Amino acid sequence: MSLTKEQLLDYYRKMRNIREFEETIHRENTTGEIPGFLHLYCGEEANAVGVCAHLSDDDYIASNHRGHGHCVAKGSDPRLMVMELYGRAEGLCGGKGGSMHIADLDRGSLGANGIVGAGAPLATGAALTQKVKGRDNVSVCFFGDGASNEGYVFEAMNLAVILKLPVIFYCENNGVGEGTGVDYAVGADSIADRAAAFGMPAKKIDGTDFFSVYDAMEEVVAHCRAGNGPYFVEAETVRFYGHFEGDPQKYRLKEEIDNAKLHRDCLKKFRSRVIEEGLATTEEFDSIDSDLVAAYKGYVAEAKQAAWPRPEALTEDVYITY
Amino acid sequence: MAEKSIRTAIGEAMRAEMRRDNNVILIGEDVAGGQGCEGELDAYGGVLGISKGLIQEFGADRIIDTPISEMGYMGMAVGAAASGLRPIAELMFSDFYGCCWDMLYNQAAKFRYMFGGKAVTPLTVRTMIGAGASASAQHSQSPYHVFTSLPGMKCVVPSNAYDAKGLLIQAIQDDDPVIFCEHKALYDLPLAASEVPDESYTVPFGEANFVREGEDVTIVALGLMVHLAAGAADELAKQGIGCDVIDPRTTSPLDEEAILESVQNTGRLIVVDESSARCGFAHDIAALVASQAFDCLKAPIKLVTPPHTPVPFSSPLEQAWIPSGERVAAAVLEVTMGLDAKTAMDTVMAAKSAAA
Repeated sequence: MSLTKEQLLDYYRKMRNIREFEETIHRENTTGEIPGFLHLYCGEEANAVGVCAHLSDDDYIASNHRGHGHCVAKGSDPRLMVMELYGRAEGLCGGKGGSMHIADLDRGSLGANGIVGAGAPLATGAALTQKVKGRDNVSVCFFGDGASNEGYVFEAMNLAVILKLPVIFYCENNGVGEGTGVDYAVGADSIADRAAAFGMPAKKIDGTDFFSVYDAMEEVVAHCRAGNGPYFVEAETVRFYGHFEGDPQKYRLKEEIDNAKLHRDCLKKFRSRVIEEGLATTEEFDSIDSDLVAAYKGYVAEAKQAAWPRPEALTEDVYITY
Repeated sequence: MAEKSIRTAIGEAMRAEMRRDNNVILIGEDVAGGQGCEGELDAYGGVLGISKGLIQEFGADRIIDTPISEMGYMGMAVGAAASGLRPIAELMFSDFYGCCWDMLYNQAAKFRYMFGGKAVTPLTVRTMIGAGASASAQHSQSPYHVFTSLPGMKCVVPSNAYDAKGLLIQAIQDDDPVIFCEHKALYDLPLAASEVPDESYTVPFGEANFVREGEDVTIVALGLMVHLAAGAADELAKQGIGCDVIDPRTTSPLDEEAILESVQNTGRLIVVDESSARCGFAHDIAALVASQAFDCLKAPIKLVTPPHTPVPFSSPLEQAWIPSGERVAAAVLEVTMGLDAKTAMDTVMAAKSAAA
């Protein structure tokens, strides 16, 4: 393994950070204090972290409705994200975006998005910016198997190929779009197979294994930075919770979810491998876990006490000038 | 100073802004044309030839021909705008907004607000509006009322060449997303041509232009309708009826003050609007005046709009669909002389045939 201990613990911390974010929100949502729709990323953390490990603040991502993980991985402050979910003034978007619209342009995040598939042309546009400005930065569109059937994605893929843009179409295939299975919704044998029809290279990887994601993305990002045009990645991953918080998930079997948590949990897999290879200890991982548990307790307590947006904020920031 | 058409004015504005700022790019279908063909590059230069020659000066990296893929390229333009460029995206016909509306409606217009005031999305969408070319129901509409209803989006509807150049330069330099609506009957209309300086200048948004001034009636009109209203006003002036003809130039932001002040003087309002018979621009202006200047009104507000139908193909039907100068004049007679609609129109037509 080429990663240093420091890197390994850092990537684990980022994945664990996302997990704790989502588990905290899952727990706190039951108190009724978090308004709106929530779509949790638990089980998919290796993807956001394995991809963003290769990106800088000058590279862009476009996320989706299940976006908390992507935002944390790209470097947004989780404390301010929790504030945002509680609708508070200090939230990352001043409490005016909420879960589905967390963006952080200073970190190269074009935002989570409530419109399925919309990130694909937006990320393609950010890639166009890099090309026009003559930079070697790239952009990544995170989207799911559900979005893979949106016309947005097809049009963006074609544009990216013909204009040779440095954009990575990263499909997190968790097997179910809302409540409909991928085997029903996708006509092709695999989503990645579609890329060839657009003239785009593609890889299919294990999105529950951080190292599979990290290694694949090292090559894919280098391909795009070198000006070779777009790339398609399909990562097979798992979704531990429902489409949205409160989803009774009658379309899934309990055994399927239990099995995924037991055998396909990217955090457990990461820990076992790293401990097995003697690169870090259980105590070191546990210490990261307990630090994050404490941190999130603090974020939630603080958010619950934080100030609401000023009434005037209602009509502010619609335009820059008007 | 040379007299120029709107077509020339718009081309000049784009070229000047692209020279001034390397971040300005043009994206759309056949904005050059000929890519991937064996014949000439820049064969179209935009379907109306407005962007002709730009690809030679600025190259294919900045003059970007796209596939027929409105949702994709509009989204790409929005993403480029949010990440540091100032794209001009050409939506050939405004009727096609249905193909890419999400990128404007749910994305570009909302970024700044949703993201807590941190996003900057300097996108300009240039698009053709207007009936009169027998282009029928899917290539003739003027949906600026829809664009106007969208918070976060600005909407421009120029009526003459001077304004078109200054407003387009303002749109490109503006940090908010703007939809710039070009009436297809105005590109080469001599009435819309005007003295246009060769150098760059801006016309500010939200400042109406008083095209005619008069004491008796306020007529608010946009785009091609400005010329119908001005023509009617000139005829009515001969009969001693004076009209304020106001061209708001931008529907969002809107110069409410100019309209309200004028109605306070005249006490009468007519709105000439090609957008829609229901929930249109005319209805918005009528509601503004009815709610804020009701006490000044001496007569009911009159709206001159198309009927509530799609735009028909056949010329006589299409001509009947488009608001006419005669309908504007008749509306003025209704509100100034208290004539009923039929008598007012008969009077206008009689005057017209007498003049002929």
